[in-house]
Amino acid sequence: MSNEKILTSRGDIIRYYTYRIILAGLVIIAVVWIALPFIMTILYALADPAQYYDPHVIIPTSYTLKHVNQLLILGAYQATINSVIVALITIGFSFLIGLPAGYAFARYRFRGKDSLKLFIVALRMFPMMVIAVPLLVLYFKLGLADTLVGIGLAHTSMALPFVILITSSIIAGVRVDYEEAAMVFGLSRIGAFFRVTLPLALPGLTAAAIFTFIMSWNEVFIAAVLSFQNRTLPAFILNLIAGSTDFIKFAGAFIMVIPALIFVFIAGKYLVRMWGITLK
Amino acid sequence: MVDVHLRGIVKKFGHTIALRGIDLDVEDGEFVVLLGPSGCGKTTTLRIIAGLEKPTKGKVIFGNRDVTYLPPRERNISMVFQSYAVWPHMKVYDNIAFPLKIKKVPKEEIDRKVKWAAELLQISDLLDRYPHQLSGGQRQRVAVARAIVVEPQVLLMDEPLSNLDALLRVKMRSELKKLQRRIKVTTIYVTHDQVEAMTMGDRIAVMKDGKIMQIGTPTEIYHKPANMFVAGFIGSPQMNFIDVTVSEEADGLSLVSEDFKIKLPPDIAELVKQYTGKTLVMGIRPEHIYPEGFAPSNVKRTVKISGVVDFVEALGSDTIIHLNTGSRIIVVKASGTYHTNIGEKLNVELGLDKIHIFRKDTEEAIL
Repeated sequence: MSNEKILTSRGDIIRYYTYRIILAGLVIIAVVWIALPFIMTILYALADPAQYYDPHVIIPTSYTLKHVNQLLILGAYQATINSVIVALITIGFSFLIGLPAGYAFARYRFRGKDSLKLFIVALRMFPMMVIAVPLLVLYFKLGLADTLVGIGLAHTSMALPFVILITSSIIAGVRVDYEEAAMVFGLSRIGAFFRVTLPLALPGLTAAAIFTFIMSWNEVFIAAVLSFQNRTLPAFILNLIAGSTDFIKFAGAFIMVIPALIFVFIAGKYLVRMWGITLK
Repeated sequence: MVDVHLRGIVKKFGHTIALRGIDLDVEDGEFVVLLGPSGCGKTTTLRIIAGLEKPTKGKVIFGNRDVTYLPPRERNISMVFQSYAVWPHMKVYDNIAFPLKIKKVPKEEIDRKVKWAAELLQISDLLDRYPHQLSGGQRQRVAVARAIVVEPQVLLMDEPLSNLDALLRVKMRSELKKLQRRIKVTTIYVTHDQVEAMTMGDRIAVMKDGKIMQIGTPTEIYHKPANMFVAGFIGSPQMNFIDVTVSEEADGLSLVSEDFKIKLPPDIAELVKQYTGKTLVMGIRPEHIYPEGFAPSNVKRTVKISGVVDFVEALGSDTIIHLNTGSRIIVVKASGTYHTNIGEKLNVELGLDKIHIFRKDTEEAIL
């Protein structure tokens, strides 16, 4: 072997680097595709109006927080708080109902389980437009119209199928042995769930909760229909910016995006974990 | 400590019947092994004793108390799971202490007991670690420590050694057995490994298709199998099964197969007399067939069979010879020092006192 001449094929090398270059190109396109709107939104939200309207300036050089402040004073601040409350209500309700359901799907075998699962997913096929008006009528009767609890409940109905399916796969990812061991060593089924299964499922459940939060945070249609005064942030912005100048629109987008971005950065590792479990 | 009784346990999962009437009596302090191939219902039986499953029919009795409807936590049992089920979010110490904490045992006593169990299983220096920092063998020890620390009335083990490597398995086998002797706990142990069953069990219950085929001491199971299944399941290589016809001749009864004829001594002849003219199955273990001249001196009655060597497995300690007697292969276990070559003619001697005879229809043992 040592005496033989080792042949390196030029073709192999070219092929190797061609693949690398194509891959790098695709990654760059994907990143630009996602990042550019973010960057533009942030730049223009903070840009000086004079520069924004100057056709010769692409990237503004002087910045101001004026528009963002203006928006906050006009009600975006209260709307943000409303949005957080609605999202928390959504998480609370959807986990209160979804977690036991997910547990049942993960742990028990029962008649009609698969059809039931399909049925839950099928709920999402209902167009919100169709049920929005009847829902509003119902909400008036129940006194839920224009309340944060009302919006939270509507969001819960949206998030619930997702929460049930995700929690069921997260709980299925926690070996049933751990729970059974806890039952053998002195706990009831409920005790075993809280002392053993829940702590083990927590990272995944946190991820699911964050996802639910973002779902509620971004939802605009139902929130806009069901509320008039107590608007969530997207509904508020939708209402306000329709007739506003461009940089106010960008400021609105900026206020919408920043909290979600912060959330995703914190949640990043949990999200991977959630899908990691789900894919098992 | 307590004795355990199963009475007519039937378990159905939907339309599948997992257990078809299990009756089992385990004495106080006894080590009973449930042995059988996968799917025979041994784990289901154990889970029913643990209370993790409810039987469709039948009773589970501890001492003189019917525990069939009690949840696991009220049965005063412990279990070692096949996967160990050592909780990953707790340190080793907390894993072992957990059952005691739930029982609200005072702190000092918990500490004393955890240290006792850890010492017994030689994991004292691991108490501060998390399970993912342990090897499989160490995790298994933690699972056992957790199981004994509560001083259970009944200790259940579900294939606890099956995930260990071969060397460690042999070591843990004797250690578990010694441990059980020391703490004298009634133990029910599930395995599919016949060597584990033979070496550890005071008694073995061999199971198949949701039924117990035979219960007995390892010696009984090996020397007096009740049926063809037990005879074939225990022992390695497997027992040779040969169809034979009982035929009456001038000088007495003989077992006649296609390739050879065995003249029966009067004591055996007496047992098979009623089957004259019928087909039976003769069983003989490979270790009870010897190359000619190599039969131990205490084997008096032998029958000679000749054939051609078809295949040889030299295992070092033993030499396994596959002998072609014409229409079938007979497996012979000779000592490791014995040499023979493929294609050679070979005469072997069958130990007549070691043969088993089964009915062909019911597969039950006559001898």
